[in-house]
Amino acid sequence: MTGEPRDLYQELILEHCRRPRNFRVLPEADYTARGDNPLCGDQLDVYVKLEQGVIRDITFSGVSCAVATASASLMTEALLGGDTSKAQRLSEDFQRMVTEAGNSSHCGLGELVVFGKVREFPSRVQCATLAWHALDTVLRESHGDAVCSSSAIERSPIAGDQEFVR
Amino acid sequence: MNIACEALSRTTATASDVERWRSDFPLLRERVRGRPLVYLDNAATTHKPRAVIDAGNDFYAYYNANVHRGVHTLSQRATDAFEAARVKVQRFINAAAPAEVVFTRGTTDAINLVAQSFVRPMLAHGDEILISAMEHHSNIVPWQLVCEQTGAILKVVPINDAGEFQFQAYELLLGARTRFVAISQISNALGSITDIERVVALAHARGVPVLVDGAQAISHVSVDVCTSDCDFFVFSGHKSFGPTGIGVLYGKAARLRAMPPYQGGGDMIRSVTFEKTEYADIPQRFEAGTPNIAGAIALGVALDYVAAIGVDAIVTHERDLLRYATRQLSCIPGLRIIGNAKEKAGIVSFILDGVHPHDIGTVLDGEGVAIRTGHHCAMPAMQHFGLPGGTARASFALYNTQQDVEALVAAIHKVRRTFR
Repeated sequence: MTGEPRDLYQELILEHCRRPRNFRVLPEADYTARGDNPLCGDQLDVYVKLEQGVIRDITFSGVSCAVATASASLMTEALLGGDTSKAQRLSEDFQRMVTEAGNSSHCGLGELVVFGKVREFPSRVQCATLAWHALDTVLRESHGDAVCSSSAIERSPIAGDQEFVR
Repeated sequence: MNIACEALSRTTATASDVERWRSDFPLLRERVRGRPLVYLDNAATTHKPRAVIDAGNDFYAYYNANVHRGVHTLSQRATDAFEAARVKVQRFINAAAPAEVVFTRGTTDAINLVAQSFVRPMLAHGDEILISAMEHHSNIVPWQLVCEQTGAILKVVPINDAGEFQFQAYELLLGARTRFVAISQISNALGSITDIERVVALAHARGVPVLVDGAQAISHVSVDVCTSDCDFFVFSGHKSFGPTGIGVLYGKAARLRAMPPYQGGGDMIRSVTFEKTEYADIPQRFEAGTPNIAGAIALGVALDYVAAIGVDAIVTHERDLLRYATRQLSCIPGLRIIGNAKEKAGIVSFILDGVHPHDIGTVLDGEGVAIRTGHHCAMPAMQHFGLPGGTARASFALYNTQQDVEALVAAIHKVRRTFR
């Protein structure tokens, strides 16, 4: 299945590409992770400041295409102020939307549904998910830290990961 | 578009030739998204003429058999065709003997073979291998592996901002510890043509053998391993109108004979006992296992096809296209061509202000225009130009036309409108 480029480059995506939100390095970040796209060499860094499971600030930096930049920009807007479990849920829903065909509801994604057409451009899926993969790394690390600091029960990091890796 | 650009003269001398060549390629009749295909990704792979497609099919339909072993008729026919293909390659690149032509899976396979069988055994800790700053990853990573295995050092000959190989620096880098030089004749990312004869002569003056990566050179410039005097020349079939999965390692007979096998198996031995195995002579020593017989035969047909048209005619046609494309693209506001070497093959890398190459590629695809975007497997070259996102690249072959260039230009204007 291949779509028309105009379906991909919708105005909201172009607008966020021209004026990305939360596009800056965050020196006070608790977590930083990088998304790599080996196809084109693009790299995005995602910075997250967490307070008791709530995302107090989230930013990104790097050089990337319109799809990856807009996706990262809209991601930061959607996650700011929310907690990590919401971030986890959104990440799963978003990645399912851009990879799986079907008529499942994406109502929780809000503006992010603008990326629904990406799955018609298989070579661009990695662009749309670049920042989200970095976010997944942040969530795994923060989860591991939370488990280590709050629980007396020993859990291996791998067991912790498995809850998040789909 | 300004008047000066519109008024550019068109080269029509070979238009009917090109039409005839185009009709040999079934895929060029395909439509993409309802539009005629404009295929400008020939540096990645070329399409195949009907004769090449038929050659591969005919092998399987009429004389499929293994080579070099059966006494039956089919096996003899297959062996004859396979060995005839080797002779075709030999003549095409002007090697001294068919035995100097080793069939491989492609350029990458051939470079790894030379790295492991020829270079690795002679390296000591601190020895040096020279490559250039505009190599394809396939002419970087095999050498890094060898360096890791031996403690040798990979040294890089710089390029200037036009994308030209720097001979002065090269001469300085060619030192007492240099054991090998591996340089591409044409940069896949920039199109720069490097004077291979000069590279070889300077290395040989210091007793250093040279491998020429000819992946982009074959069928785009005249290749003569006798004149260039390189020790090894490697290329892939699929970038020269042949099939994928077949390529060539040319090596001077004396070099090849001095090398241990790369892989062990059938077809590369003279005799096997559990105590000792005697290896076959070249080239079979380096062709362990059943080779890509259909691929080799079809590659021979592809080279016949190119030879019938004539490399000189192709060079002229592609040079005209390059000149036309360079002028037309230079007229587009915000477009910058990356790589302006004086000697260039039909490859134009470019960037567009404010638009990532990946996005250029997607919009162009919507217009039926196929180009390559990204780092072109030459990340260090992209880093040289400060372009981590790479470039957009149009690359020409004998069947491209000025109309293809015009379609490219029109599609780039659409990119500009989209991202205005």
